[in-house]
Amino acid sequence: MIEIASLHKSFGVNNVLQGVDLTVESGTSTVIIGGSGTGKSVLLKCILGLVKPDSGTIKLDGEDVARAERDAFLAKFGMLFQGGALFDSMPVWQNVAFRLLRGSLKRPATEAREIAVEKLRRVGLTPDVADKFPAELSGGMQKRVGLARAIAAEPQVIFFDEPTTGLDPIMAGVINELIREIVVEMGATAMTITHDMSSVRAIADRVAMLHGGVIRWEGPVGEMDSADDPYLRQFITGSADGPIEAVR
Amino acid sequence: MILTAPLAALGRSTLALLASIGRVAIYAAQLLRHMLTPPWYPRELMVQILQIGWLSLPVVGLTALFTGGALALQIYAGGSRFNAETVVPSIVAIGIARELGPVLGGLMVAGRVAAAIAAEIGTMKVTEQIDALVTLSTNPMKYLTVPRVLAATLTLPILVAVGDSIGIFGGYLVGTTRLGFNPANYLHNTADFLETWDVVSGLIKGAVFGFIVALMGCYHGMNSGRGARGVGRATTNAVVSASILILAANYLLTGLFFTS
Repeated sequence: MIEIASLHKSFGVNNVLQGVDLTVESGTSTVIIGGSGTGKSVLLKCILGLVKPDSGTIKLDGEDVARAERDAFLAKFGMLFQGGALFDSMPVWQNVAFRLLRGSLKRPATEAREIAVEKLRRVGLTPDVADKFPAELSGGMQKRVGLARAIAAEPQVIFFDEPTTGLDPIMAGVINELIREIVVEMGATAMTITHDMSSVRAIADRVAMLHGGVIRWEGPVGEMDSADDPYLRQFITGSADGPIEAVR
Repeated sequence: MILTAPLAALGRSTLALLASIGRVAIYAAQLLRHMLTPPWYPRELMVQILQIGWLSLPVVGLTALFTGGALALQIYAGGSRFNAETVVPSIVAIGIARELGPVLGGLMVAGRVAAAIAAEIGTMKVTEQIDALVTLSTNPMKYLTVPRVLAATLTLPILVAVGDSIGIFGGYLVGTTRLGFNPANYLHNTADFLETWDVVSGLIKGAVFGFIVALMGCYHGMNSGRGARGVGRATTNAVVSASILILAANYLLTGLFFTS
């Protein structure tokens, strides 16, 4: 379970997070929605320790992440980055097996490669992709490789940062489905940030809307459409008229 | 207001400069700490030795060859004013080994390597690859910076040694083919006047310059701004700061080594 309490983070005069409270139950999939620049990525990066929050607490299974042993803590996480963030200096299989080739989870290269090929197959890629370099792949394939890398070490928690951005609607649908399947299959806790409403409906158990530095609305995905919060309504319908300023 | 504006600008840039020096010093201290504590990545180190050392050989070699040749011509022309043309072999050797080998080698490597490192790490930062490394339980300082700095510090003295030899050979070629020196005498003069310390001091300079080059490349890459513009600026800053620091360090080291 991830518990975030009164999290604050500013960059200069820009107060991005102004007291975020959010609880994500183990084994559930929470999607955080919100406009561009509302701090969704900053929130994920705070949890991972990539950005240091100004104040507030983040706990994973009751343990304060600021005090946790870094390696053991990070070993519980997998993350799919927006642009894939694949290491372009190494072939696909080494990207997927990165964690298995070094550090505490290190194992022989042949075994790591087998696991990588298996994970690639799981995300719908054939073994011949394993020896290609990331630059040789299409955007959709890069996303799949990123997904395979995120799940390679069987993490307890997986973060997805805008998983469908830059993909065509069909490919976006395929990736959404894949994420849902994998999260259910692994029993992992998932946190996704997106502004793609089709992703929300495909991936989420619960939805949280981040606006003005706080969680504006939070609830089960089934209640999202009937909720009467004007901010949420405007976001779901994609209307230019409403309380959220169109120019930000 | 108008009168104080230049002073304010001066103050701002001084503060910015001091802040940068502080940040680089902290970065260097962290780097040294990570160098001494595991995990280490020997495979990465080997790759960097190849990238930084081996692949810089042609650049350093050609620079040394032409510099040695030009130096021989200059010293011959200058020496002839007071009938001292015979000093060409020894001055070429001493000049190359003490100063020109390490400094020009360092500057050429700064252009090639600091730029490449800053561009690579800067692009990795902009495309979130550095964040990805962290989430994969790998410290970017240990995985990216330590191998590069170590490789540059270890290989630059070797590059300098090779450059010294080629530079002296350049002088020899010009001396024997254009200036009428007897080949045997030229080599004899070179060997007689060159002392071990001349060469060793140059190699120590090389190691320091190597450290500076990779440190500046990594530091500016890691602190790169967003987008293509940010990476471009980081690359320029890496080359400029590495070059200036090499020249400054060269002055300090020369003072330390050769003034009693």
